[in-house]
Amino acid sequence: MLTRFMLVALTLLAAVFAPSAQANPETREVTLRNGMKVIVRPDRRAPVLISQVWYRIGSVDETNGITGISHVLEHMMFKGTRKVPSGEFSRRVAAAGGKENAFTSRDHTVYHQQLAARHLPLVLELEADRMRNLVLDEAEFKKEIQVVMEERRWRVEDQPGSLVYETLVGTALQAHPYRIPVIGYMDDLRNLTIQDVRAWYQRWYAPNNATLVVVGDVEPEAVFKLAEKHFGSLKPSVLPVRKPQTEPAQNGIRRVRVKAIAEEPTLTMAWRAPTLTDPEREWVPYALDVLSGVLHGYPGARLHTRLVREQRIAVDVDAGYDGIGRGPSLFMMGGSPAPGRTVEELEAALRDQVRLIAQEGIRPEELARARTQVIASQVFARDSISHQAGMIGNLESAGLGYRSESLLLQKMREVTPEQVQQVARELLRDDTLTVAILDPQPLPAGAKPKAPPSGVRH
Amino acid sequence: MRLLFALCIALFAPLAQATLPIQHWQTARGAQVYLLENRALPMLDVSIQFRAGHAWEDKRPAGTASLTAHLFSAGTADLSEQQISDRLADSGAQLSPTVDDDLAGFNLRTLSSADELASSATLLAALLATPQFPETILERERARTISGLKEAETKPETLAERAFSAAVFGTHPYARDADVASVTSITRDDLVAFYKDRYRADGAVVVMVGDIDRAGAEALAERLTAGLPAGRPVPWSLPAVAPLAAASEARIAHPATQAHIMVGQPGMKRGDPDYFPLFVGNYIFGGGGFVSRMTDEVRQKRGLAYSVYSYFLPRLEYGPLMIGLQTKRESTGEALAVVRQTLSKFLAEGPTAAELKAAKSNLVDGFPLRIENNRKILDYVAMVAFYQLPATYIDDFIRNIEGVTIEQIRDAFRRRVDPGRMATVVVAGDQASP
Repeated sequence: MLTRFMLVALTLLAAVFAPSAQANPETREVTLRNGMKVIVRPDRRAPVLISQVWYRIGSVDETNGITGISHVLEHMMFKGTRKVPSGEFSRRVAAAGGKENAFTSRDHTVYHQQLAARHLPLVLELEADRMRNLVLDEAEFKKEIQVVMEERRWRVEDQPGSLVYETLVGTALQAHPYRIPVIGYMDDLRNLTIQDVRAWYQRWYAPNNATLVVVGDVEPEAVFKLAEKHFGSLKPSVLPVRKPQTEPAQNGIRRVRVKAIAEEPTLTMAWRAPTLTDPEREWVPYALDVLSGVLHGYPGARLHTRLVREQRIAVDVDAGYDGIGRGPSLFMMGGSPAPGRTVEELEAALRDQVRLIAQEGIRPEELARARTQVIASQVFARDSISHQAGMIGNLESAGLGYRSESLLLQKMREVTPEQVQQVARELLRDDTLTVAILDPQPLPAGAKPKAPPSGVRH
Repeated sequence: MRLLFALCIALFAPLAQATLPIQHWQTARGAQVYLLENRALPMLDVSIQFRAGHAWEDKRPAGTASLTAHLFSAGTADLSEQQISDRLADSGAQLSPTVDDDLAGFNLRTLSSADELASSATLLAALLATPQFPETILERERARTISGLKEAETKPETLAERAFSAAVFGTHPYARDADVASVTSITRDDLVAFYKDRYRADGAVVVMVGDIDRAGAEALAERLTAGLPAGRPVPWSLPAVAPLAAASEARIAHPATQAHIMVGQPGMKRGDPDYFPLFVGNYIFGGGGFVSRMTDEVRQKRGLAYSVYSYFLPRLEYGPLMIGLQTKRESTGEALAVVRQTLSKFLAEGPTAAELKAAKSNLVDGFPLRIENNRKILDYVAMVAFYQLPATYIDDFIRNIEGVTIEQIRDAFRRRVDPGRMATVVVAGDQASP
């Protein structure tokens, strides 16, 4: 999973507009003796469940030369253990009617299956097996690394928006490993070895670096028993110390341009912003959340109304902030200028919107609307068990704990107009801003769509 | 609440029986209504659909269907565009237009508390009854659409999709693709006329899933359809899709690092007599994700692609059968050869007994995942209703899957899939990476 700009707002919704603990009173957790945490939320609306194993290992733990290795290992996790041959994991889950996949982010690597609730023993047995018994065969690796390079071409190399995002983050952050793209640099992928991957697996895949999340038609006690049966005998590891690698202060605006095939330019602005670490005492992350909501969080919010509808400076606008994670956060705004308008005009217009809030604050009905979205999204999110499991896992991975769900929600609702004004005034300053522009390059001649050949049908 | 579990247990009874949770009736003006009450969460999902997708544009400019659907929220007789968005935001509801070749309509997700439901339902009813399609907003949205089209036309996937649909559907309405010229020529009159012709009460399909009772649902359905133009849209059916006369191959130059490859032909329609053999067969061939033959041959054995798949997209008439993948441009020839060999082998031999067993096992045991939450039920029931499939379709699904034989799959694929008359499109596969 590449966390791209458009996804930031969604992640934010997932993290903050969480179902309250009150609404799901039954969520339970235990920690096995080997340090593995198990969290279970019964949701009995349908006889199905989602099971997710979260490893706290992602690109944030990587170094130059082996970027992308966590994601490559994710691919290799389907390539066989001593007991379960390559491809067999997917075949068994499919034969049980399951849907399964995995994703890697900056903070974690997650393996998930959705299937009929009675098949939980099958997936726990398989997951426990590959937590410690992966084969990591070199021939399989040589094919799979090709697949990962195809994935990078597909997600990044041929996607102007992804190239811009990769460059933007690599510019905004210069020391913290959040600057590393999750999928890795192509040259690192080319030079990665099976020995690298084996060492990574040995170092990080252990019960004391994993959390099992199960949401669905289950009894917590039964899940705990099953988890103990399958994972309980796995030995814990001594995990390496993770250093903070705190990003130094930014003292001045940074600007980058990326050339790629496109019709129109785009503009993306990213301000350094705090990450939530103390959900009880901090307020700035919540105020930034509400600020992004007032700018772009509901139909008719400020950016779209002013820039797209009224001034017609932009064809599209965006804003988002994700304050949940293991590393530094960014507050982002951006968009595509309307034909005949420039990225400079768009940048000035976006800054005007921030300045307006910094100077005049927000109207009560805007705050009310932002809050209403919080309440409604909280209810809507409960229709999806995978959404619920994702939220639990995200909060655990970020070190906040799933129990902070309701607190986050309450804190969001307590944000005042003055706090929103204050963060607009004090945090969105030029000295901590990075601006990336997509500089569109024309397609070479001959690459335009042609009329279809006539006469091939009758 | 274990309502959905009840639904699963009840699967082998006909959909229309009163003991089943899905209720069906017709509004005074002829709209078909389906309701599944589910009180587990204080929310309601509503969809309303019309035969108003791209294929019904007739002589109007390509892109009319999309612009019409998106401009309902540009203003009603009493509300401005901004008032509409503000009301929506005030109620916390989510309203999105949906448009494809066959259908257009809206999905509304709303809280079921009295004030919020009343507000969002009143709003959707007003949009449907008195859309104004204001000229100034049309002008703005036309410009945004054109900008999006120009952007899309630089992308290899868009170029491939367009060439593919042109090659597969020729002069059939399913080949329609909006372009800069067609969108430039769309006028307000086109939108107004398309609304009056296609968004009619008789034949509209309304589906509600969630926290509402029968009386409330009846009132809501009447309200949503009361202001629509009366009668049934004409025409009500689309022309048949002709089979391809010959194989074709289009090569489009592009500097991308990956070639985009699409191979296919007209496939099947909803309610097709070969639906289940083709559906199960395709799961084995290229639809079954990590366990399909295409994934095995192209990705697992050779590392040629991250994404490789095949699907039938059944529509009112034959939608496409498409086999697609992306691979580094220098692998284009190898990947195309593997696709063709894999297809030929499948057509010649059909699936193995083990493959068929695994496929049935997945589709049958995985059935509850198709109806596990309100959104999925909404989409599934709306599909059955829009395509006028038998009332027992959902009940019979498992039995129909279980009944499929190797011989049926082999026979259906041989009759319906002709490797000698496939359309092939390759974008960016012409030479080594520049």
